[in-house]
Amino acid sequence: MSKLAYVCKQFVEDVTGYLEGTLPADVVKLIDEHLADCPHCREYLREMRRIVADAGSLSDHDVEEMPADLRNRLLDAFRERDV
Amino acid sequence: MSYARPVAGLDFSDDNVLAKALSARDADAFAFLLDRYHAPLVRLAGQYVPSRAVAEEVVQETWLAVIQGIDRFEGRSSVKTWVFSILLNIARTWGVKEQRTIPLSATTSADDGGPAVDAHRFRRFRKAGTWKQPPDPWPDPEQQALVREELDVVWAAIEDLPGAQREVITLRDVLGCSADEVCEVLGLSEGNQRVLLHRARSKVRGAVERHYGGSDGR
Repeated sequence: MSKLAYVCKQFVEDVTGYLEGTLPADVVKLIDEHLADCPHCREYLREMRRIVADAGSLSDHDVEEMPADLRNRLLDAFRERDV
Repeated sequence: MSYARPVAGLDFSDDNVLAKALSARDADAFAFLLDRYHAPLVRLAGQYVPSRAVAEEVVQETWLAVIQGIDRFEGRSSVKTWVFSILLNIARTWGVKEQRTIPLSATTSADDGGPAVDAHRFRRFRKAGTWKQPPDPWPDPEQQALVREELDVVWAAIEDLPGAQREVITLRDVLGCSADEVCEVLGLSEGNQRVLLHRARSKVRGAVERHYGGSDGR
């Protein structure tokens, strides 16, 4: 298959499969070749990766620790169930 | 919180060890669970109910259900997916009560009626499939304020997603679950999970692009 067979419009559809590693090896090869030639799709990929990284850093962003009294009450409830 | 540390020799980050310790009623194992998953659960619960206070209540109810259900766990799934599943059941029920309903159908189908990810692509691509409006590079987030702003845009965009997409991206990308774990918690096929993740990430990318003044075109 020639490089022309793989187009930017397709990459936008395939990017998640590409990042997930679920695409067939021949498609991955086509994409890698396409990315080597296409700065715009490389930018798109970079942005998708940044979204994933941003989302990942949200888990510690703006979250409060568990209140100590709640934690103690739950631990008591767990222990009481032992008996 | 020093007594939350695993007992020497017991590595609770190993799910088998954790599950065994929980069924043996090891309070250190339960403390580990609380410390590890409380904050993620509050974040997840917050998507179903209108306030942080109510989200805390949902999580509290979840922990009580975990305590009650520990005998029935029996290692059928990972401890993490088990706890997340309990939370989702409770949060969905509260969400209905609190008028923030997520249609059940939206959690089982990839087709949530929202626009396809490529609704805008005719404007962005030439007929031949090459970029007509290529993505512009985003600013390098060197300043803390800029990072925070971008994270706020990302979170707002996630909260705006249709239910199933929101659940998938939250579990996968925000809370760090694996694809298998998400499939198990949400009862999705691998393919559906990927479609939902793709739509979700693409829409969030679009929101950040618009935030930076780019031509997302939607």
